[in-house]
Amino acid sequence: MNDLTPDRDDRTANLKGIGSARRRVEDARFTQGKGNYVDDIKLPGMLFGDFVRSPYAHARVVSVDTSAAMALDGVVAVLTAKDLEPLGLHWMPTLAGDKQMVLADGKVLFQGQEVAYVVARDRYVAADAVELVEVEYEELPVITDPFEALNSDTVLREDLQPGADGAHGPRRHANHIFLWEEGDKTATEEVIGSADVVVEEMIYYHRTHPCPLETCGCVASMDKVNGKLTVYGTFQAPHVVRTVASLLSGIDEHNIRVVSPDIGGGFGNKVGVYPGYVCSIVASIVTGLPVKWVEDRMENLMATAFARDYWMKGRISATKEGKITALEAHVTADHGAFDACADPTKFPAGFFHICTGSYDIPVAYVGVDGVYTNKAPGGVAYRCSFRVTEAAYFIERMIEILAIELGMDAAELRRINFIRADQFPYHSALGWEYDSGDYQTAWDKALKAVDYDGLRTEQAARVEAFRRGETRRLIGIGLTHFTEIVGAGPVKNCDILGMGMFDSCEIRIHPTGSAIARLGTISQGQGHATTFAQILASEIGIPADKITVEEGDTDTAPYGLGTYGSRSTPVAGAATALAGRKIRAKAQMIAAYLLEVHDDDVEFDIDRFVVKGAPERFKTMADIAYAAYNQAIPGVEPGLEAVSYYDPPNMTYPFGAYICVMEIDVDTGEAEIRQFYALDDCGTRINPMVIEGQVHGGLTEALAIAMGQEIAYDDMGNVKTGTLMDFFIPTTWETPHYTTDHTETPSPHHPIGAKGVGESPNVGGVPAFSNAVHDALRPFGLRQSHMPHDHWRIWKAAHDLGLHG
Amino acid sequence: MSKKMQITLNVNGTRHELLAEPRTLLIHVLRENLGITGPHIGCETSHCGACTILMNERSIKSCTVFAAQADGAEITTIEGLGTPDSLHPLQEAFREHHGLQCGFCTPGMITRAAQLLKENPDPTEEEVRFGMAGNLCRCTGYQNIVKAVLAAASEINTAKEAAQ
Amino acid sequence: MIPAAFEYYRPDDLQGALALLHEHGDEARVVAGGHSLIPMMKLRMAEVPHLIDLQAIDALRGITVDGNRITLGAMVTQEEIIAHEGLATLVPILREAALQIADPQVRAMGTVGGNVANGDPGNDMPGLMQCLGATFHVTGPDAAREIEARDFYEAAYMTAREDDEILTAVSFDAPNGGQSYQKQKRKIGDYATAAAAVILTREGEHCTGASIAMTNLSDVPVWAEAAGEALIGTDCGEDAVIAAINAMQEAIDPTEDNRGPVAFKRHTAGIILARAIARAWSRA
Repeated sequence: MNDLTPDRDDRTANLKGIGSARRRVEDARFTQGKGNYVDDIKLPGMLFGDFVRSPYAHARVVSVDTSAAMALDGVVAVLTAKDLEPLGLHWMPTLAGDKQMVLADGKVLFQGQEVAYVVARDRYVAADAVELVEVEYEELPVITDPFEALNSDTVLREDLQPGADGAHGPRRHANHIFLWEEGDKTATEEVIGSADVVVEEMIYYHRTHPCPLETCGCVASMDKVNGKLTVYGTFQAPHVVRTVASLLSGIDEHNIRVVSPDIGGGFGNKVGVYPGYVCSIVASIVTGLPVKWVEDRMENLMATAFARDYWMKGRISATKEGKITALEAHVTADHGAFDACADPTKFPAGFFHICTGSYDIPVAYVGVDGVYTNKAPGGVAYRCSFRVTEAAYFIERMIEILAIELGMDAAELRRINFIRADQFPYHSALGWEYDSGDYQTAWDKALKAVDYDGLRTEQAARVEAFRRGETRRLIGIGLTHFTEIVGAGPVKNCDILGMGMFDSCEIRIHPTGSAIARLGTISQGQGHATTFAQILASEIGIPADKITVEEGDTDTAPYGLGTYGSRSTPVAGAATALAGRKIRAKAQMIAAYLLEVHDDDVEFDIDRFVVKGAPERFKTMADIAYAAYNQAIPGVEPGLEAVSYYDPPNMTYPFGAYICVMEIDVDTGEAEIRQFYALDDCGTRINPMVIEGQVHGGLTEALAIAMGQEIAYDDMGNVKTGTLMDFFIPTTWETPHYTTDHTETPSPHHPIGAKGVGESPNVGGVPAFSNAVHDALRPFGLRQSHMPHDHWRIWKAAHDLGLHG
Repeated sequence: MSKKMQITLNVNGTRHELLAEPRTLLIHVLRENLGITGPHIGCETSHCGACTILMNERSIKSCTVFAAQADGAEITTIEGLGTPDSLHPLQEAFREHHGLQCGFCTPGMITRAAQLLKENPDPTEEEVRFGMAGNLCRCTGYQNIVKAVLAAASEINTAKEAAQ
Repeated sequence: MIPAAFEYYRPDDLQGALALLHEHGDEARVVAGGHSLIPMMKLRMAEVPHLIDLQAIDALRGITVDGNRITLGAMVTQEEIIAHEGLATLVPILREAALQIADPQVRAMGTVGGNVANGDPGNDMPGLMQCLGATFHVTGPDAAREIEARDFYEAAYMTAREDDEILTAVSFDAPNGGQSYQKQKRKIGDYATAAAAVILTREGEHCTGASIAMTNLSDVPVWAEAAGEALIGTDCGEDAVIAAINAMQEAIDPTEDNRGPVAFKRHTAGIILARAIARAWSRA
């Protein structure tokens, strides 16, 4: 066999399968300016839609006068709620069981809310017409604070019956949406009440926005001759959009085709259904012409889905030795004017109850109050699984604060509380079953890589130098060990609008041994066309370079729930592997027939089936594919195709250890990231190059969120951060160099052991950056200082500690 | 609406004469009148650089230039940098070093990098980071973009030396 | 973000531009690089029915060095300033400041004239020009006149230039001594949280001349004369710097915005000024 070994290596390499740092197939078009994004689509006769939006955060709409706009040359229609009402489309359901105005129906509830929709010959005329629509408003009291909302007589949602239950149970106030609870409240209170050590803290994870570089948009095209509606758009879940469009419009689902073309980043912003989509579809149906709507950046930041805005009040208890005994969290969740979170239906606070993190905490309780305010709706998972980044930030801050209280090193406190490798599968106090992990190994590797003890020594020396007046810069060491929960999800408890969160893959092998695979997901930059072909290459022995991967066209792709919450690899990736195995099973029968042996006497070997014990007798997958189409094989249907719909038995639980070394200038509040080490364990690694890219990108979004990015409102409900001047996105200059590393603990229940990685760096990155800021000021007494840690807030924290003399 | 004016643009070596309102933004002329959709619109306030093109041999943001101002200009977009059979070294390097993900910033990013390397053929990492700071990317964290630009510089310089 | 319609003109000499300005009065604006005006037009916060593009007027271009006197045509871009070797030697603070404005693409379009004439308190060149003691050259329908940079700014977007005048150039003497422009900002592309332009001359251990200007700390650039005077005759040591900072604090009037509250801006202004003084002194 020795002489065959290099051959086997060559054949494996030729496949570019799992583990290969294969170059991306998408890049040929993107690097040459030949991507096809929604605003690149131009259909004959296409009209352009634009919104009149509310300048007020809370006001009655007294009147809307569209006459001057209608009189402008080139204006085709101006839609208001009155026009949509007969169609039942002036309101629409949200993904969270609430409903949302499509166009202002009697009042507006946040600045930037859609009031009227202008349809015109081109975007310039539409913009001019927007200026000509006259809206009379009567201002109402504005509430931007969720705590105030729960104590105010001002009722925001007059459409809801006071006292009536919401989609998630009783509402105790007119501005209350739900109380969602998990865990054992009584037992948790008992343990905390009698614990050696308890710390209590309010941790705020501020409101921010996914802000993909491409804004949201669509082109709706109603073909009145064939009765078919086509909608191209920035959809992270095209199949769901088709179903929702059918339910809303009454058009049979087979007559609707939804296409997600290339998408310029999503990060959760493009999961939901927006008024722009509904109005464009209506306008196309009314005019019989294609209608394009693409929001501008201010509209994107003001009106499409925000993220976070969680006020998390926590208590954590421990023994004197530092063994954690209980955790309690009460969250006040600011959902804005409508509950438009994109969480699985049964989880109005997403998977926030992963907040016991990487630690073996015997008892815990979580309660989340959802609240209406005069802010934009949303609450989407911005580069994280549902509310997981909030949970990770919460526990990783609480651990740091507990370490301060205990007078213990925070790395050591984590170490003694980790779930041990021998405890997996681990059942958490809040109901999750963690699939696999080896936290201790990852942690030790990370601490060693950065010379943790050396850093602590340097930090202490710097503190002394600061106290002597020799420097104004302090060092912070930001630690994080996070556990993610991704891959929603098991259909038994995860659905969106009733649709189970499975995903799918359909494969056709062509006669000459190449293939096409179609999936229910949609890439927004993750590189699915590259990596899913790699999974398949390893499964079916056809080189990845000979496999086309297609997604996003609901007429051709199998139904799936789309791409968000790091679910593509855990769910659609599994479907791909299993569909591949169906292909392989049939290929085995064909090979056995061709080799004139029994099915059980052949075995799969990289890119072929060989006769057991006689590897020189083989049929390559290309041979088999050809035979499948061109040879009559008794008892076997012609063709070589398979489809798999995958309902995962459990979530996957990627984890990682991140360490950030930061220097802060006490006087200016400037922060410099000196070093960032990121160890990720995402189970089986499909393409190391793509994984590394995902980690770099997620860390940079985490950097932005932790260090300055926010959607801020003034007391009148005006958005203060509506352009990229004020909404912080770091450039090359502010972004540090990252060091990446990994361990590999496969998921036991995933067909190839993969767990998903796209969102880990954001989930782990935010606490790592924030903990570094806190750690720099910890020696001077800082316990908690809310994000974002922009210059003035760091300065303020230092100032409040008396560091400015 | 004001009356349209005749505008002449030389784009990627081809002369175009067209009628447009003076207020039409150059990015819209390129994308909608001429069908050159490589440059994108990201922020509209000259922060993100997705609309970056070369105008009269300078990198500029075409969302903040009126068509009227560009009348008579020489313009190069991503489409003019290389051909499928003969890619610009930057196009190769971005792919080789995974300098892109969703691809939306990429045309502006590469077009800017091309000018940077003309002005500074052998930049340090710091110079690349400073010179590329007018282009935002939400996906990559820039590390591989910087790597790609440095690799392309080295590639171009090696080819030049070989040619001499 | 779509601007309202306008009539466009591209005169090829100054007289043509002035005639158009005269004809259309306050309905007309001139545009140089456009990177302040065009975003405002796109947001429909600036209404400009008649837009007069200055790009074809050769007389507004060029960098002239005549002995010690430097003249920058209004249409000189930040990029040209950065690339000009003579300026880098004669007035290093100019290049140092220009490199801290916006980003490469914006600097390729942004002009000196636009930056100083617009009256945006966030712009960096006005404070710098006040520090340099520059003269602004404006031409109106009847005559040309000169306005000192230190007398030019009245309030945000309000300047001593009349609506029918065009700023054609700025000029100043190459300064002696050490120079520094220090700017704190949130990121590349941002305006200053606080910025300081400092020019110091020294003889031995004594400061013989000082000029200090601050950016984005009031609705106009602030030439802090008293802050400069506080340094003259001193060794620019700790006490002198504190005195200069205190004097500067009297002159600025920052307002709260997304960059932070007033107390923070005042504190940062002091730190940035101290750094600029230290840097300039080390170069003097």
